[in-house]
Amino acid sequence: MIKQFAAITWMNLQSLSQRLGAASVIVVGIAGVVAVMVSLLAMSAGFKHTLADAGRADRAIILRGGSDAELNSNLTRNDLATISNAPGIAKNADGQALLSSELVTVVNVPKIDTGTEANVTLRGVGLTLGGVRPELTMIDGRMFRPAVRELIAGAGAVKQFRGLSTGSVLHLRNADWVVTGVFTSNGDVHESELLADVDTVSSAVERTGYSSAVALLTSPAEFPAFKDALTTDPQLKVDVQREPDYYAAQSQQVTKTINIVGTTVAIIMAIGAMFGALNSMYSAVATRTQEIATLRAIGFGAVPVLLSVMVEALLLSLLGGMLGAGLAWLFFNGHTVSTLGGAFAQVVFKLTVTQTLIVTGITWACVIGLLGGFFPALQAARLPVAEALRAG
Amino acid sequence: MKYLPLVWATLWRRKVRTVFTLLSIVIAFLLFGMLETVDYAFSHPGNDVTGADKLITLNKYSITLSLPFADVQQVRALPGVVEVTWITWFGGYYQESKNFVFALPIDTDSYFKVHDNELLVADDAMTAFRNTRSGALVNSALMKKFGWHVGDKIPLHSAIWTQQPSGSLDWTFDIVGSYDAKDPAQAAQMASNLLFHYELFDEARSFGKGQVGWLEERISDPKRAAELSDQIDALFANSSNETKTQPAKEFTMTFLKQYGDIGFVLRAILGAVFFTLLFLTGNTMMQSVRERIPELAVLKTLGFSDLKVLFLVLGEALLLCVIAALIGLALSYGTLPIIKLGLPGVELSPWALAPGIAVAVLLAIIVGAPPALRAMRLNIVDALADQR
Repeated sequence: MIKQFAAITWMNLQSLSQRLGAASVIVVGIAGVVAVMVSLLAMSAGFKHTLADAGRADRAIILRGGSDAELNSNLTRNDLATISNAPGIAKNADGQALLSSELVTVVNVPKIDTGTEANVTLRGVGLTLGGVRPELTMIDGRMFRPAVRELIAGAGAVKQFRGLSTGSVLHLRNADWVVTGVFTSNGDVHESELLADVDTVSSAVERTGYSSAVALLTSPAEFPAFKDALTTDPQLKVDVQREPDYYAAQSQQVTKTINIVGTTVAIIMAIGAMFGALNSMYSAVATRTQEIATLRAIGFGAVPVLLSVMVEALLLSLLGGMLGAGLAWLFFNGHTVSTLGGAFAQVVFKLTVTQTLIVTGITWACVIGLLGGFFPALQAARLPVAEALRAG
Repeated sequence: MKYLPLVWATLWRRKVRTVFTLLSIVIAFLLFGMLETVDYAFSHPGNDVTGADKLITLNKYSITLSLPFADVQQVRALPGVVEVTWITWFGGYYQESKNFVFALPIDTDSYFKVHDNELLVADDAMTAFRNTRSGALVNSALMKKFGWHVGDKIPLHSAIWTQQPSGSLDWTFDIVGSYDAKDPAQAAQMASNLLFHYELFDEARSFGKGQVGWLEERISDPKRAAELSDQIDALFANSSNETKTQPAKEFTMTFLKQYGDIGFVLRAILGAVFFTLLFLTGNTMMQSVRERIPELAVLKTLGFSDLKVLFLVLGEALLLCVIAALIGLALSYGTLPIIKLGLPGVELSPWALAPGIAVAVLLAIIVGAPPALRAMRLNIVDALADQR
C-alpha cells in the first residue's frame, strides 16, 4: 500500500506543472493568510518583548499601595528616605544606595507618521541612575545635567516622534528643554521615553514627591527580604514588585487586544482560503478523473488515492505557509511602530517575527490545506471506476 | 437584461465551484466591511450632530497636568460659550483593577447644562442626587454589569486620589439613581460612567485641591467650534498652564489615533485579502471559460457578436462579485454591534459599506477581463475543433 501511495503521489506531483494555475491558488491563498496573521501577531510579540526586557529580576519597583501604575502613584520624600534604608539595596563605590527616585509624567509630542500628538513619557530620574540602570548607554550627545532644563531621549522615541534629536528644543510649560543626547537601553520600554533630572522635572510640573522608586538589589534572592521590610513598615503604604512582574502586567491588555484582533482576522481569512483550496483540489481531482479511475481499475486501493490527494494539498499549503511567514519576516521583522501602552503613554517597539510565530503560521497553513484537501480526496477515493472511465 | 437567465445559468454550470468561489468573495467582503467601517470612523470624526457643540480644554503639554479652577470663570465669560463644566480623572475601579469604572466627579448644575442633550435622567433620580452628598448616578449598563441597585452603598478604589486624613484610596458612594444615553449610538461610550459630586471630591482628596483635570464647554454654534477653541486657548497663552481646546469628537479621535496608524494597518490587511482574492477568483474564471470554449463557439455560430460574448463573460464575473459582495457586506453590517463593543466612543457609520459595491465592480472587471477577452477573440472553427 505504501508503494502504491508513493507511486500515485509522485505521479500527481509530476503533473503539477500542468496545473500551475490551480495549484498556485492554494499557495497564494494560504500565503496571504499566514502573512497577515504572522505580521499582526508579530506586533504583540514585539510589544511583549519590549516590556519584558525592561525588567531585571534583581531590580524592584516601589509604588504607593493600590496605585497599579507609576502614573497614578505618589511617594513622599519621607517615603524615599525610609525606602533607601531597606535591607538588600546595592551600594555604589561612594556607599550611596542604588535607588532612583522617579517622577513619571507624560508630555504631548507629535508622531512623525501621522502628525497627531501623542503622550510621551517624561521620566525624572535620580542621580544614581547610571548605577541603577547600567544598561543605559548614550549613543549620541551627552547626559543631561541636573538643575538645568536638559533631557535625553530614547532611541525609539527619536524614531517615532518629532523633534527629539540631539540639540532639539522641546517647549514645555513656558520653558525650553534642550535634548542633550540619545540613549539606548537594550531595546526596552525606556527607549520610548525622555529622561531628565527628577528635581528639575518636579519643579517644572509643580509637583512635590515622586511617582515611584527603583532599587537595584545586591542579588535577586534579596527581593523577599526587601519586600517584607517595606510592606511591614507601619510608616509606609507601598506595593513592591520585581520589575519583570510589573512590566509584564503592564503589557497584558495591549498584547491581548492585538492577539484577539489578529486571530479574528486570520480565522476569517483562513475560511476564505479554505474555500479556495477546496476549489483547486476539486478541480485537480476533476481533471485527473480518468487517470484515477484507470489506477483504480488496475488494482490501486482507495486509501492510497485519498492520501495522495491530501499530500498534494498539504505540500502546496506548506509551501504557502512558508512563503507567507517568509514575506512577513522579510517586510515586517524589526519594523518600528508605537502604540499607547497600558499606562496612557506611548511605547515604541519593533515587530518581532519569532520562531514560535513562524511555526504557528505554518501549522495553520497545514490545517487549512488538510481541511481543503479532505473532501476532494474523499471524492477521488470514492470515484465509481466504470463510470469515470466511460466519462472520457 | 434579456441575457440575465443565460448568464445566470452559465454561472451555475458547476455549482460546487461557484459556491466556493462565491463564499471566498463573501469572506473578503465581510472583512472589507468590518475593517472599512473602522477605518472610516477614524478618518471622518464628528459626522454626527450630537456632540458637535462640545469642546474640551486640556493642559497643552500633558494630560497628566491639571488646570487651575479659576480658568472656569474666564472661559464662561466668553461670548458663544453656553456653559462650561470641569472634571478630574478619578482612575476608579470596583474591587479588582480589571473592573474599570469611569467615575467622574462633576459639578451638577454646569455638567447637566453642558450635557443635557445627551443624558436621560429621571426627575426623582436627579432630585435624590442633588440632595445626597455622597450620592452617585450610575449608567444603567454599569448597574447591570455589577448587579448594583439604587440604595446600594458601593466602594470604589481610586488608583490616584487619597482622602484626608485617612490616606485611604477607597471611596464610598450611595447609588441614588441610574441614567442612560439619549442617543443609543452613544450608549457604548458611556457604558462605564458613574457621576458623583465634585464638591465632595475636592474637599476629601488630600492633594490637588483647587485644580481641575479638564474643562468641557457647550457652545451656541457648532460652526464656530474652531474659532472659539482658539479664543479659549488665547486666554491662557503664556501662562504656566497653557491650554489646548478642541471639539470633543476630535479629542476622542486623536486619542484613539495614539494606538497607532490604524488606517495603515487596516489597509495593509485589506490589500493582502484582495490580492489573494483576485488571484483566486481570476483563476476560477479563467478555468471556467477554458472549459466552455466549445459552448462559446456555438454561441458565436448562432450569431452572437464578439462584443456580446465579451459582455456575457464579464456579466458573469460581475454577477458573481456583486452577489458575493452584497452578502459579505450584509454580514459585516451584522458584526457592527460587536465591533462597537471593542471601540467605545467610536461612531460606526453603515455608509462606510457603500464603496464596497464599487470595489466589487472593479474586482469583477479585473478578474473578468482576461477570460472575457479570450472569449471574444475565439475563432469559431478552431474553438469547435477543440475537444476540450
